[in-house]
Amino acid sequence: MNDLYLIVDIAGQRALLPAAFVESVVEIGDIAPVPCAPPHVLGLFALRSRVLTVIDTIAALGGERSGQGEKQAVIVHVDGHLYGVLVDDVDDVVAIDGAPSQFRAPLSAGWARYAKGVLDHEGEPLLLVDVAALIAGPLDMAA
Amino acid sequence: MDDLLGDFVAETRETLEALSGEIVAWELAPDDRSRLDAIFRFVHTVKGSCGFLDLPRLEKLSHAAEDVLADVRADRRRPDPALVSAVLAVIDRIAELADAIESGRIVADEDDARLIAALEPGAPSPEAEADEAALAEALEAIRIAEEGEEETVSSIVVEAPADRPAAAAAPAGPRAVSRTIRLPVDLLDRMMAGVSDMVLARNELARRLRESGAESNTEVAFERLSHCIAEMRDAITRTRMARVENLFTALPRMVRDVSAELGKLVQLEIDGGDVELDREMIEMIRDPLTHIVRNAIDHGIEPPEARVLAGKPVAGRLHVSARQVGNQILIEVIDDGRGIDADQLVGKAVAAGILGQERAATLSWERKLELIFAPGVSTAREVTAISGRGVGMDVVRANVERIGGLVDIDSRPGQGLRLTLRVPLTLTIIPALTISVGGQHFAIPRSAIDEIVRIGGDAVRMGTLGGADIVFIRGVRVPVVSLGAVLGLEPDGQANLVVLKLSGGARYALAVEAVHDHEELVVKPAAPVVMACGIYGGTTLPDNSRPMLLLDVAGVAEKAGVRRDDQAAVEPAAEEREEELHDKGAVPVLLFRDLDGIERGVPLALVERIEDCFSASVSDSAGRLRLNIDGRLVPLVSCGAPIAEAKVRVLRMRDGNEELAYAIDSVIDIVPVAIELQRSLVPGPVAGVMLVEERPVEFLDAFWLFAQGLGSEPLDGQRPVCLLSDDDPWTRQVLAPLVEGAGYRIIYAPEDGPAADLVIMADGAAGVEQPVEAAAVLRLRRHAEERGASPDSLWRYDRIGLTAELRRHWNKRSA
Repeated sequence: MNDLYLIVDIAGQRALLPAAFVESVVEIGDIAPVPCAPPHVLGLFALRSRVLTVIDTIAALGGERSGQGEKQAVIVHVDGHLYGVLVDDVDDVVAIDGAPSQFRAPLSAGWARYAKGVLDHEGEPLLLVDVAALIAGPLDMAA
Repeated sequence: MDDLLGDFVAETRETLEALSGEIVAWELAPDDRSRLDAIFRFVHTVKGSCGFLDLPRLEKLSHAAEDVLADVRADRRRPDPALVSAVLAVIDRIAELADAIESGRIVADEDDARLIAALEPGAPSPEAEADEAALAEALEAIRIAEEGEEETVSSIVVEAPADRPAAAAAPAGPRAVSRTIRLPVDLLDRMMAGVSDMVLARNELARRLRESGAESNTEVAFERLSHCIAEMRDAITRTRMARVENLFTALPRMVRDVSAELGKLVQLEIDGGDVELDREMIEMIRDPLTHIVRNAIDHGIEPPEARVLAGKPVAGRLHVSARQVGNQILIEVIDDGRGIDADQLVGKAVAAGILGQERAATLSWERKLELIFAPGVSTAREVTAISGRGVGMDVVRANVERIGGLVDIDSRPGQGLRLTLRVPLTLTIIPALTISVGGQHFAIPRSAIDEIVRIGGDAVRMGTLGGADIVFIRGVRVPVVSLGAVLGLEPDGQANLVVLKLSGGARYALAVEAVHDHEELVVKPAAPVVMACGIYGGTTLPDNSRPMLLLDVAGVAEKAGVRRDDQAAVEPAAEEREEELHDKGAVPVLLFRDLDGIERGVPLALVERIEDCFSASVSDSAGRLRLNIDGRLVPLVSCGAPIAEAKVRVLRMRDGNEELAYAIDSVIDIVPVAIELQRSLVPGPVAGVMLVEERPVEFLDAFWLFAQGLGSEPLDGQRPVCLLSDDDPWTRQVLAPLVEGAGYRIIYAPEDGPAADLVIMADGAAGVEQPVEAAAVLRLRRHAEERGASPDSLWRYDRIGLTAELRRHWNKRSA
C-alpha cells in the first residue's frame, strides 16, 4: 500500500492527515462564532460560496481556545461537510507505505482520542490523525 | 385514466428502461445472481400491482414468470437459453401491455398462454429460438431506446417475426409521448448549487452597485438580471419539489388491505397533500411512513369488539397529514387506538436486556416512550405478518434522521398515538429575517414569524409570572425567551420581540437586540457538530459573505425551556376547548388581584382601560372615593381595603354612559370564561364565585358597582328629594353640598319640587310644619353636647352620623 499523507503541525506536534480527506490549505480570517457549540468548534468561515466549520485543534486537545486573527487551515471533506482544521504549519505531502501501527507509549488524553496509529516517515514516527474523531471533538456528542 | 393505473404504467416503463441492461446481461450470463434478482423483483412488483389494479392478464403473465424465476433462484431449475428467452418474451409482453393500457389499445391475448407455456420446462424449443431471434432485435431496439430514440421502442413489435401473430397484429400506433424526463438527482443538485452561487454573486453585485452609486442604466440592467435569476431559481427549486400527495396516494389502498387482513375497521383521513417537499425527501420518507401506518393499524387500532368495549367508535380513525411549519415539513400520523404504554415498553426493554432495571426506574414518560426507537423493541404482543418482526421504529427513525429529520412520539394510553416526522427543508432558499444579539447576526425563517413588536409599544406590556418573563401583546400572554441568554451572549438591551410560531400553534416571543432585514437566504445544512447544539437549522451566506446561522425556532424554545412538546400535544385539545367555550358563551375575563389580595375577575368588555394613578388624585368626598382623571372626577369604587401604595392601578369601566374606576392591585391574566357563577348571597361588590383554571375567582358584580359608584347621581327625577327647610347661608353653603353629594336633589321650599323624601331642619326650628306626611325628618342641632328638643337630633358637624343617616334614607328610598 502506498498512501499519501499531509504532514502538518498541530499544537506543536507533527502529525499526518490522510491526503484523501484534504481538499486544500487556506488562510482563514474572519470567523463567525457559533454560540453554544462545543469549544473545539471555533466558528464558521466562508470559502467562496461554501461554508466551512472551523475546528480549533488546540481546543479539541484540551487547550485554550484560539483567538481571532489569520490562521492556517486544512480544508477537509468529511461526510459531505467541509471543515477547516486549524494547523500551526503545513509541511509536505508524503507517500508512506504500510498500515499504521499501534503506539506503545501511552499518549496524552487528547491525542489518544484523535490518533489512529503511528506511521514511520524517514525514521521519524508520526501520529496519524483520525479526522472524523477530531471533528467530533473531545465530548462524545452522541451521549 | 386512473391515477394509480397511470402511476403503474409509468413505473413499469421506468423499471423496464432501467432493467433493459440487466436483461441483456442476464441473457449473456444466466447464472448472474444479482441480475436474476433484479428481474425477479420487477416481475414480482408487476404481479403485486396487477393484483390490486385488477389487471388479470398482466397478473397471469407476471405470476408465471415469477414462479419460474423463483425456481431458478431456489436452484430448482437451471436458467437455460430457452427459459431466459421465455422470460424475456413475457417481459416484453408486459411492456407491450403497459403501453396498451396507456394508449387504450387492445392487444390480442390468444398467445399469452403460449408465452406462459414456453416457461415450462421442456417447452418446444423451435419457438423459443424464433423468440430468441425476435428478442435479439428487440434487445437491440431497447439499447437504441436507451439512447433516447423512443420511436424505435414502439417498433419492436412491428419488427417481430411473423410467427408471433399477436405481436405482429399489434398496431404500431403512436405511443403517447411522455412529457416528462428523468434526471439524476445529482445533476439537479449541481444546478441548484449553481443557482445558489448565482444568487450570492447577485447579492454581492447588488451591494457593490449600491456602494458605488451606479448609473440608472446599469441599475435597470441589473434589475433585469436579478429578475431572471429569481425566476430561474424558482424554476430549479421547483424541479426538486413534488407534492406530498405522491406519498399519500398509495395509503388508502394499503390501509384497506392491511385492515382487511387484520379484521379491523379503519377510517383514513388524509390532509395536506398539496404541501411540497423535496423529491428526494419524499422517496426517503416513503418507507418510514408506510411502516408507521402499518404499525398504527396493526398495534394501535384495536379490533372492533375491543373498540366497542372501550367506548370508541367501531372504526378506528387514522389521520395522516402534512404541513409546512417554518423550515420543516411535518408529517403526522395520528390514530385513536390503544396508544403505547410506556411502562410496558420499559418492561420489554428490560426483558430484552436493552435497559437496566435501576435506570428504567429513573426515566421520564417521554424517555420511556423513546424506547420504541430502540432496536429490538416491539409493542406487538405477538408477531404478525404485518409488523412486529423487530425491524421497527429504530429503522424508521434511522431513515428519517439520515435526511436530517426527527421523529416525535406522543402517546396517550388508551386514546391513541401521534407520530410526527419532522423533515427539514434544507438546501433550499428560504425567506428569512436577520436579527442580531451581542454583535452577532442570525437568521430566522420568515414563515415562523408571527409578528415583530417593540418593547415599550402601546399594545405590549412586559411582566413576570413565577419568575419567567412573559409579555402581554394586545392582552394575550406570550412567554419571552431572551436570545442573548439562550446563546450565552452579552445582550446589549434587547428592545425587540420577534413573536414566533411553534408547531401546534404555540407561540413565544424572542427578545433580540435589533431586527435588520428581510432576505432570501440559501440555507445549507450545518456540520453535525454545529447541528448538535440543537438550536440551529443550517448555515447561510448573506451578501456580506460572512456565514450566518439560521435559528431553529423550535430548538431555541426547547433550550430555553418553553415547553414546546407539551404545548404541541395539548394544543389541538386546547383549540377544541376554546371553540367549545366559545359555543358555551365564553367571554374574555380580566383576572386581577384586588386590593385585599383576593383574585377577582370582571368581563373584559366592561373594562375600558387599565391605568396607574397617584393615590394623591384620589379624594374622599361626600362619603365616596373619587378619582381625579384629567381634571374630571370619576367615582372610584374598591373592595374596601385601603389604598396603601403611592400609586394605585385602576380599571376604568364604562357601562355605556357612565364611567367609574375600580381600584385593584395588579392584573393577572385575560382568559376566556363561560361565566357560571355560584351567586353571592349578600349584595356587594362580589356577584359570585367560580373556578377559573382550577382557582376560585370572585367576579365583580358590575351592576352593583355601577349602582354604587353612580347611584348617587341618577337622573334628577329619580333622585330622592331632600328639603332643607332653613334657607340660611350655612345650609346653602355648608350643608347642601354634603347632602347633594350623597345623592339627593335639594329643594328649599316644599313648593319647589316634588314631595320631599327627607326633610332636614334645624333643631328647634318650626318654620315648616310636617311638609310631607311620609317624609322622614332629620333634625340638626347647633352644639355637640346639647341634647335639645329632639332626642334623635344630630350635631350638625357630626359628619359620620349625618352621612350614615343620609345613606340610610337614600337606600330606603331606592329600595
